[in-house]
Amino acid sequence: MSTAVRQPPKAGGADGRKPATLGQALGRALRDAMADDPDVHVLGEDVGTLGGVFRVTDGLAAEFGPQRCADTPLAEAGILGTAVGMAMYGLRPVVEMQFDAFAFPGFEQLVSHVSRMRNRTRGRMPMPLTVRIPYGGGIGGVEHHSDSSEAYYMATPGLHVVTPATVADAYGLLRAAIASDDPVVFLEPKRLYWSKADWSPEEPEQVPGLGRAAVRRRGTSATLITYGPSVPLCLEAAEAAREEGAEGWDLEVVDLRSLVPFDEETVVASVRRTGRAVVVHESPGFAGPGGEIAARVTERCFHYLEAPVLRVAGFDIPYPPPMLERHHLPGVDRILDAVARLQWESGWTRQQGEAERGGGAG
Amino acid sequence: MTVLEQPGTHAPAHAPSWRPRADAAPLLPDAEPYRVLGARPDAPTGTKTKATRARSTRTGTTRAGSARTGATRTGTPRAGTAGRDTGTSGLAGEQVAAAPDAELLRRLYAAVVHGRRFNEQATALTRQGRLAVYPSSRGQEACQVAAALSLAEHDWLFPSYRDTLAAVARGLDPMEVLSLLRGDWHHGYDTRRTRVAPLCTPLATQLPHAVGLAHAARLKGDEVAALALVGDGGTSEGDFHEALNFAAVWQAPVVFLVQNNGFAISVPLAKQTAAPSLAHKAVGYGVPGRLVDGNDAVAVHEVLTEALERARAGGGPTLVEAVTYRLEAHTNADDATRYRADAEVEAWRAHDPVALLERELRQRDLWDEEAARQVEEAAEEQAAALRSRMNQDPALDPLELFAHVYAEPTPQLREQAGRLRAELAAEATAGQTNEYEAGQTDAHGAGQTDENAAGQTNENADGQTDDAARRQSVTGEPAAGGAGGRTGEETR
Repeated sequence: MSTAVRQPPKAGGADGRKPATLGQALGRALRDAMADDPDVHVLGEDVGTLGGVFRVTDGLAAEFGPQRCADTPLAEAGILGTAVGMAMYGLRPVVEMQFDAFAFPGFEQLVSHVSRMRNRTRGRMPMPLTVRIPYGGGIGGVEHHSDSSEAYYMATPGLHVVTPATVADAYGLLRAAIASDDPVVFLEPKRLYWSKADWSPEEPEQVPGLGRAAVRRRGTSATLITYGPSVPLCLEAAEAAREEGAEGWDLEVVDLRSLVPFDEETVVASVRRTGRAVVVHESPGFAGPGGEIAARVTERCFHYLEAPVLRVAGFDIPYPPPMLERHHLPGVDRILDAVARLQWESGWTRQQGEAERGGGAG
Repeated sequence: MTVLEQPGTHAPAHAPSWRPRADAAPLLPDAEPYRVLGARPDAPTGTKTKATRARSTRTGTTRAGSARTGATRTGTPRAGTAGRDTGTSGLAGEQVAAAPDAELLRRLYAAVVHGRRFNEQATALTRQGRLAVYPSSRGQEACQVAAALSLAEHDWLFPSYRDTLAAVARGLDPMEVLSLLRGDWHHGYDTRRTRVAPLCTPLATQLPHAVGLAHAARLKGDEVAALALVGDGGTSEGDFHEALNFAAVWQAPVVFLVQNNGFAISVPLAKQTAAPSLAHKAVGYGVPGRLVDGNDAVAVHEVLTEALERARAGGGPTLVEAVTYRLEAHTNADDATRYRADAEVEAWRAHDPVALLERELRQRDLWDEEAARQVEEAAEEQAAALRSRMNQDPALDPLELFAHVYAEPTPQLREQAGRLRAELAAEATAGQTNEYEAGQTDAHGAGQTDENAAGQTNENADGQTDDAARRQSVTGEPAAGGAGGRTGEETR
């Protein structure tokens, strides 16, 4: 079932760098990877003639043939399991799972084989495969179309877990994921498929590789640590925060880009400068990514923190029906409420933060 | 004028999109398990007659026999009907008519005797604490050995945890094959070099791997087939179904051998499936399903060899059900007397794969006491060598635990490796053990921990793990570049 599919708007523009959507950049990354390496094969449900329910694989079957961009039987464990065998023979499969919740039948293959094959074989049999999974809500999807399943994948040693939030990252991170000799769970924020940026497919900009976070907005008051669909939201919240509080808050926004490997250094550096942190994600809060991130930040930044690390996450409920999802998803107000609870009355960090900032922000 | 206006003239049409797809009948040629050994009442002489008898045993009916030939020889199971028209059935009949080759009989006999001794030795090693567990294939040696010997050099084998013997029979080092069950590592042999996939513990999950590998080989134009082993219990798993379906749709060069040994640990086949036979399951996928006596090494070898040849030639997958029996309990930790009667076990002992081969050799006047004694001796030597090697403690390197999780250990893993290294050093100082010291100078990926060993003693310096190699991303990013580049923490 794929009731929530919307068509990407037509890209257009007069200057050299035309607006491109995140979905188009992903498609271009697949195309370029297939053109560069004959071992790259795309397989999944409806990825061929249809071009995928989100049209990310549009044109690949026409350009590379139905063997390299293959419509498979409708069975996610089979798709992932056969991809393991293809990788064992030296191919570099890119699997598309249609929606996050439909990836669950492939979970055993992912946990028992994809993530462990390198380790089991002492490095002799790496698993250079990429599993693309559209994830997250905010698109009005009916049940099973809006899950955020990153915590399961993060809890599985041997997998990389990557999620882009920008058009440039969509291209750059997907190319890096496909080129990686390790398995990558590539989580595509559904609601950002149609987000646009000026971006040239002919000269895609270089982006940091897997395992690197990016500071999307510089700030001094507190750090919002986030990823994927919540990045634009946090940037919006940061803009709104300038008008909030006694003197306005200047929030820093860190886009993790890669949940595994987790770029602790960038996060820790940011929190040590600002002294306060809020982790923002859609995934349920209990045992979610925010818990791990908050724990690590606390361990490494204890003496720099002015307040406990807070989390703004989805509620600990099954993903709600579309007419109620706005109550579940983190929003600007909820983020600003959390920022307001960062014990500003202590007032200590502000001076401390100034001193730190003078020292070496760069 | 419409049909409704003309009662009686309406010719019922098929549903609009329906069209005939495949003739199911040719996919199931064996009315009963195909046998070669002891299948001929007029043995030991008259090979021609024997073959004819074998043929009818195998096919049940002449029609089905020729149909099967059509299905399996023409390489297009869906064109089974056409296969009957090719006139190949007589030719195939001639091929089948060949009596089991004496050399093959001797080879299989030697291999099952070795296999039996290997099983006994491995089970004994569990009692001596040298193996953590051993799921024995005692009683199933014919399947194990025939599977290994039917493979061509470039074919791949996808064994389950009960198929150690198949890997050993293919020529792999028994020590390396037993690594999983000894517990020194999860897997011990070079899969790429040996073309034997790791022994797979989660049931049937390796079957889609076999399909994907075979499919990939075909896409690359290589003449490679894959043979995947599964048990009767494993056929209930979803991965079994998905693998068969993918293999059929892709016409992947893969052969599935189901060793129906009667039990999934304690649960008998009757509680596993209501299918007429496990071979019948093939029909639903449009795949030929063969039924063979799994204790008849010659029959299993013949059926598998034929199926693998067909797969390599582009004829698609085959499912083979081999009816056999697990003479031992599930593992050394199981008690088989709780779920099966001695009489049943005794009946199968009388149909022992080693005895069946010996009987055939004697009936064909091919039995040679001296040769048999040499085979026994060689098997004994092999067992003794395994015993003595198993009695050596393995060299373990705890730091290797971090070496193969990723191509490059993450900063967090390097830090954890540093912590373990410190624990080991403390243990050594306490004089408890020295064996990990080799690990201190390890050459593994986690050797990166060397430069970062300070991580655990230097936590307040953030275990700042500057690893330019990791930073050098595949996107060509310069080591220190990027929007997320280091900030104030750069200088510590």
